[in-house]
Amino acid sequence: MRDLIKFVALFLSALAFASVAAVASAQASETLPGLTLLSEKSASKRAKGIEQLADSGHPSAATILNAMAEGDLYFRKRDNQLFIATGSGDAFVLTDPVSLDEVGTASGKELKKVRVNNKLRRLIRGFLGGLNLTHSDAKVRLEAASNLLKNPDPDQRTILMKALEKEGDDSVVRAMSLAIAAIDIRPEVPQEKRIAAVTTLGDSDASEVRALLTPLTGDAENDIEVRQAAIIALDAVEDRLVLYRAIGGVFQGISLGSVLLLAAIGLAITFGVMGVINMAHGEMVMIGAYVTFVIQEAFRSAAPEYFGLSLAVAVPAAFLASGMIGIGLERSVIRWLYGRPLETLLATWGVSLILQQAVRSIFGPTNREVGNPEWMSGAMELAGGVLLTYNRIWIIVFALAVLFGVWALIRFTSIGLEMRAVTQNRRMANAMGIRSARVDALTFGLGSGVAGMAGVALSQIDNVSPNLGQSYIIDSFMVVVFGGVGNLWGTLVGALSLGVVNKFLEPVSGAVLAKIIVLVAIILFIQRRPRGLFALKGRAVEN
Amino acid sequence: MKSGSSKLKRWAAAGLMTGALSFSSALASAQETIKVGILHSLSGTMAISETTLKDAMLMLIEDQNAKGGLLGKKLEAVVVDPASNWPLFAEKARELISKEQVSAVFGCWTSVSRKSVLPVFEELNSMLFYPVQYEGEESSRNVFYTGAAPNQQAIPAVEYLMSEDGGGATRFALLGTDYVYPRTTNKILRAFLNAKGISDADIMEEYTPFGHSDWQTIVSRVKAFASEGKKTAVVSTINGDANVPFYKELANQGVKAEDLPVVAFSVGEEELAGIDTGPLVGHLAAWNYFMSVETPENADFIKKWHAFIKDKKRVTNDPMEAHYIGFKMWVQAVEQAGTTDVDAVRQAMYGQKVKNLTGGVAVMNVNHHLSKPVLIGEVQADGQFETVWSTDGVVIGDAWSDFIPESAKLTADWTYPWVCGNCEKPKFAASY
Amino acid sequence: MLSLIDGKGRIFISAVLVVALGAVMLNAYTPTGSSFHVPDYMIGLIGKYLCYALLAISVDLVWGYAGILSLGHGAFFALGGYAMGMHLMREIGDRGVYGNPDLPDFMVFLNWQELPWYWNGFDSPLFAILMCMIVPGALAFGFGWFAFRSRVTGVYLSIITQAMTFALMLAFFRNDMGFGGNNGLTDFKDFLGFDLQAAGTRSALMLSSAAALIGGYLVCRWMTMSKYGRVLAAVRDQESRTRFLGYRPEGYKLVAFVVSAMIAGVAGALFVPQVGIINPGEFSPANSIEIIVWVALGGRGTLVGAALGAVAVNYLKTYLTGALPEIWLFALGGLFIAVTLFFPKGIVGEIGRFTNLIKRFLKPSLPSMEVRND
Repeated sequence: MRDLIKFVALFLSALAFASVAAVASAQASETLPGLTLLSEKSASKRAKGIEQLADSGHPSAATILNAMAEGDLYFRKRDNQLFIATGSGDAFVLTDPVSLDEVGTASGKELKKVRVNNKLRRLIRGFLGGLNLTHSDAKVRLEAASNLLKNPDPDQRTILMKALEKEGDDSVVRAMSLAIAAIDIRPEVPQEKRIAAVTTLGDSDASEVRALLTPLTGDAENDIEVRQAAIIALDAVEDRLVLYRAIGGVFQGISLGSVLLLAAIGLAITFGVMGVINMAHGEMVMIGAYVTFVIQEAFRSAAPEYFGLSLAVAVPAAFLASGMIGIGLERSVIRWLYGRPLETLLATWGVSLILQQAVRSIFGPTNREVGNPEWMSGAMELAGGVLLTYNRIWIIVFALAVLFGVWALIRFTSIGLEMRAVTQNRRMANAMGIRSARVDALTFGLGSGVAGMAGVALSQIDNVSPNLGQSYIIDSFMVVVFGGVGNLWGTLVGALSLGVVNKFLEPVSGAVLAKIIVLVAIILFIQRRPRGLFALKGRAVEN
Repeated sequence: MKSGSSKLKRWAAAGLMTGALSFSSALASAQETIKVGILHSLSGTMAISETTLKDAMLMLIEDQNAKGGLLGKKLEAVVVDPASNWPLFAEKARELISKEQVSAVFGCWTSVSRKSVLPVFEELNSMLFYPVQYEGEESSRNVFYTGAAPNQQAIPAVEYLMSEDGGGATRFALLGTDYVYPRTTNKILRAFLNAKGISDADIMEEYTPFGHSDWQTIVSRVKAFASEGKKTAVVSTINGDANVPFYKELANQGVKAEDLPVVAFSVGEEELAGIDTGPLVGHLAAWNYFMSVETPENADFIKKWHAFIKDKKRVTNDPMEAHYIGFKMWVQAVEQAGTTDVDAVRQAMYGQKVKNLTGGVAVMNVNHHLSKPVLIGEVQADGQFETVWSTDGVVIGDAWSDFIPESAKLTADWTYPWVCGNCEKPKFAASY
Repeated sequence: MLSLIDGKGRIFISAVLVVALGAVMLNAYTPTGSSFHVPDYMIGLIGKYLCYALLAISVDLVWGYAGILSLGHGAFFALGGYAMGMHLMREIGDRGVYGNPDLPDFMVFLNWQELPWYWNGFDSPLFAILMCMIVPGALAFGFGWFAFRSRVTGVYLSIITQAMTFALMLAFFRNDMGFGGNNGLTDFKDFLGFDLQAAGTRSALMLSSAAALIGGYLVCRWMTMSKYGRVLAAVRDQESRTRFLGYRPEGYKLVAFVVSAMIAGVAGALFVPQVGIINPGEFSPANSIEIIVWVALGGRGTLVGAALGAVAVNYLKTYLTGALPEIWLFALGGLFIAVTLFFPKGIVGEIGRFTNLIKRFLKPSLPSMEVRND
C-alpha cells in the first residue's frame, strides 16, 4: 500500500514538473487588455483591470471574472503569470485564462491568489450581469438581471434592452424590465420616463424596490412630480409589505416554536411521563449534535458526493446513540431512584457534568463544524424580501414528524400501551405481567433518543459545542411545564405559542425584554392554571 | 451491587491520582522554579474560548524552558480552572498569588472576570496579562492589556467601511450582545459616526441576550433597514456563542457581503471553525492578528502550535498572539530586571519591544496598553481571513477613549511624574 | 419535647465557632512561616463557605421542612448581594476612576445623567442592610402569596421559581437596568469606613458570617421545632389532609418561604464584600440548582447537613479546580451520583441513621425520628 502511494506521489510530481516546465516555456499566446492589472497590489488598479477586461468583450472574460469572484484566479509569484487554478495544497491544476486549456499543475506555495474585496466583487457582479444576460440557461439570465437590479449601471441599458427583446421567459422579462426601470429613475432621464419607471418599480415585490424608491421621496429629489409618484409607489409597496412581514413573523414564531418543541419532546417523555427531573436531557441533545458531526466527518472523508444524505443517516444514528446512553443511564442510576423524583435531579445533574466534560475531553472545547446540506441551505423568497429559510422549514416539518411518531408509538404500539400502563399504575401493570423494569428502560431510552434526534436538527442552526445542551434545558422545562406535564399535545401547543409570542414581542421590545416578558407570562399563567395548559386529571395528579 | 464496587475502585483510583499529583508538585517545588499562573476557564460557558489560551500558554512556557528557562531556572506553569464563575476567578487569583506564589498570571477573557480579579491583583501587588480585546476605560497598575483597545479595532474598522474600498457605507446597524463591551464600543462608535456627519437616523442599535440563537427577526430587520437606499454596513459586537447561529442565519437569508457587509470584533479563526464559511465570503473582521498573514515569525508560531496541540487543523487567533507578545515581553523584562519581583519587572516592561507575528514591532506603553498594527480581513471559504486593509504602522492602544467626554480628560501613565491610571494631572506635578 | 439545640446543633455551633475564631486567632497571632499559620486568603475562603452554608440552610428550611423545591433561591441570595453591592458602590464616592461623586463609574461611561431613583437611600448602611432582607423578602412574599394561594405545587412550583431567577438574570444583564449589566458591581473600597482589603476587616466579615450562620441556624431550628414547624411538616407530608384538618397551608408555606428568602438575602449581603463582586451570574439557574445539590448531599431536612453539604462541595471545588483543573467535573459529577445512590439521606442523614441503629440496638423501645423523603 505504501509503495503504491509513493509511486503515485512520484508520478504526480514528475507530471507536475514536466507540465510546469512546459507552461514556462510556452508563454501565454495571447494577453487580454487589463489582465496584467489584476495581479497589482492596489485595489483601484485591479478595478481598472476588471473594467478593461469586461469591455474587451472577449469570450473568456466572463470565465475569468467568475473565477476571480470565486477566488480561483491566481498568479504565479515568479513571473506574475495569471492562471485559473483549482485544487489545494501541493496540487493545483492550472488553466490558462485566455485559451481555457489546462496547462499543468503547481504547488500552492508558488501561487498567490488574486485578491478581491467586496467592492471588486460588486464590480464583477455588475459586469457579469451584462455578460450573462444572453446566457442559454434561464436561471443564469435571471440571476444576471437581478444582479443588475442591485447595481443599476446606465452603461448596461442598451444590452438590457437588446436582451429583453429576445427574452422568452416571463420571470426573466419581469426582472429585466425592473432592471431597466432601476436605471431609468436617475435624474438625468426625462420626467415621463422616470415616472413610468417609478410606477413599474412600485408594482413589483422585489426586495430592492424600497432601496431604489426611498431616495426619490426625500428633499434631494428636485422634480416634484417624480417625488409624488415615488411617494405613492412606495406607499403601495409598504402596504403590501405589512402583510408579507406578518406572514414572515408568524413563520419565524412557528420556527422558534418548533425548535423549542424538538428540544422539549424528549423531556416530555423522561420528565413528563416518567417523572424523572432529568437535568441531563440537554446533554442527550448535545450528544445527538456530536453524532451528526461524526457522521458528517465520515461522509466528508469517505463519500463527499453523498454529503446531502448525511443528515438522513445522522437522525437514526443519533437516536440510537442517545437512546443507548439513556438506557444505560436508566439501568445504572435512575432505576434505583424511582419514587424519589427529587433525588433524580441530583444524580442527573452529576451525569450532566460528566457528559459535558467527557465531550469536552473527546472533541475539544471549541465549536465543531456541522454543515448544512444543499437542500437545507438558502431560502425561499415569499415576496418583498421576506424569506422562509429552508433549514427552518425542514426543522418545522421534522419537529412535527417526531412528535407524530412519538404519539403514534405511545398510542398504537404494544410497547406504547405498556408504557402508559406502567405510568398509570405500576403495581397493577406488574400484576398484569408487564415487565415494568424493561418498560422503564425503554421509555427512558425513547426520551433520550428523541432528544438525540433534536440534536441533529439543532446542529443545523446552533453551535455544536459542549455547552449546547445547557442552552436548551431551561427552555425545555418551561415548555413541558407550561404545556402540562405528561401531555404531548400540551408540549406542542406550549412550544408553538411561546415561540410565536416571543417573535411578536421581539421587534417591539427587543430580544432581551421579549424573553423576560415571556418568562413572567409563564409564571403568571401557572398561577391561573397550576397544572399547565392541558392538565392531567384524576389520581395521577396527586404526587 | 456490582456497579458499586467498580465505582469504589474508581474512587480509590481518583484518590491515588490526587495524592500522586500533589506529591509530584511538591517535588517540583523543591527544585527552584519560577511559577507562572494560568487563569483561564477550562469548564463552563467560557471554556470554548479560554481552553485554547491555556494550551497556548503551556506551549510558550514549554518553548521557553527548551531555551533554558529564565534566570537559570525552569518555568513552571500553574493551571487552575475558574470554571467561568466570576467569584471563583477572584478566589483562584488569590490562590495563585498567595498560595502558589506565582510571579505573573496570564489569564481572563471576559471583562467581568478581569473586573473580578482586579482588586485581588492590586491588593497583593501581582501582575496580570490580559489578552483579549475589550472596551477600554481602565488602566490598572497591576494589569498589562495585550488585547486591543477600541481605537485599535472598532474605529479603524468603521473608517474602512466608510472608505471607498470598504464600500462607502453611510448607514450602520450596530448589533451586539447586551453587555458592557458592546455598549461601550457602540457608544464610542456612535460618537465617532456623528462626528463624521452620520445622523442618528442612520444608526440602528440592537442588543440580544447572551447565547442568543434565534436571529431570524433581527436579520430580517437589518435587511429592511438596509433596503432604504443608502449603502449600509453591519457592525457586530456579538459575543462568542451567539455568532454561529447569527452567521448561519445570515447565510441562509442570503445576506451577501457585497450588499451588506458585516464587520465583527469578536469573531476570529476559532469562531469560524464552527461554521461553513462558503456563503460568508467577504464579511469582515478587525483584529491585530490573522493566522493567514505570511511572516516567518507567524509560520514558526503556527508550526509550533500544531506540533504542540498535535492537530494540524487547529487554528491560531488574535488573543493567542496577545499572549505570545505578553509572555515574550514579560520574559525580556524579567531578564532585564534580573528578578521576578513585580515592581522591578513592571518598570522594565515599559518600552519593551517584541516582534509582532504579523510584522512590525509591538511596544508596551506606559499606559499598560500595546502599540500594535490593525488589520481588517475578509472571511474566506476556508475559514481564514484575508487581509484587505492594514494600518501603515502601529497604533497606540488608548486606555481612555477620546469619544467619551468624561474619559477624554483622563490620562494613564504609570511612569514619573504621572504614576496614575486615571488622572487629569500628574500626581507628582507639584514637586516640579 | 425537643430542645432548641440538640446534640447535632451543639456540635455544629461549636464547630463553627472553633473554626471561625481559631482561624482568626491563628491568622493574627502566629508568624507567617509557621505551620499553624492561617494565611489571609483562607480567611476570605472560610467567610465565603460560611455564606454558602447560610444560604444552604435557608434552602433546607423550605425544601426540607416545607417541601418547596425552590430552584430559584439563588435569586434571593443575589438580590441581597446587590443591595449590599449598591451600598458599597455608594461608599466609593468620588474615588472611582472618573472621580464623579454622584454616579458610579459604569453609569458615567454609559451616559447616565443622574442616579436612578431606586439607588436613593443606599448611601446609608443601615438602609442597605434592611434592604438586603426586605427586597428578597418582598419578592418571596409576592411570589409565594400568588403561587401558594393558587396551589401551585411540586415541579410546577420548582419550574416557575426557576423562571423567576432566569428572568431576573436576564433583567440584571440589561445595562438599561442601572445595575452595571454583565459586569455587575465591583471595585469596592470599604465598608462602614473600614478598608475591605485590610486583614482586620476580612476577619470581622468572616466572624459576622459565622455569627449570621449560627443565628440563621437558630432561627430555622426554632421555627421547625415550634408548633408552627409541626404543621409545616404536616403540610410537607400531606398538604390536602392538613387542609382538611382546618389549617391553611398557604400561610404556613408563605412564612417559611419569606423567612428563607430573607436569610438567603443576608447570606448574599455578607458574601459580596468578601468576594468583591456581585453580578447577574449569581442569578443563573445553574447556581440555584447547585444549592439544591449541596443540601441533598449534606442531608435534606437536617439544617446542619445543608450547611455541611455547602462547605463540603465548595471546599471540593476549591481543591479540585486547583489540583485537577482538567478533569475535576468528572470527580464532582461522580460524587453527586454516588451520594444519591449510596447515601440517599445525605451525609448527616446517614450518620443519623447509623446512630439511630446503634441507639435502637441499645434501647430497642426508642422510636426513630426520620424525615420522609418525597
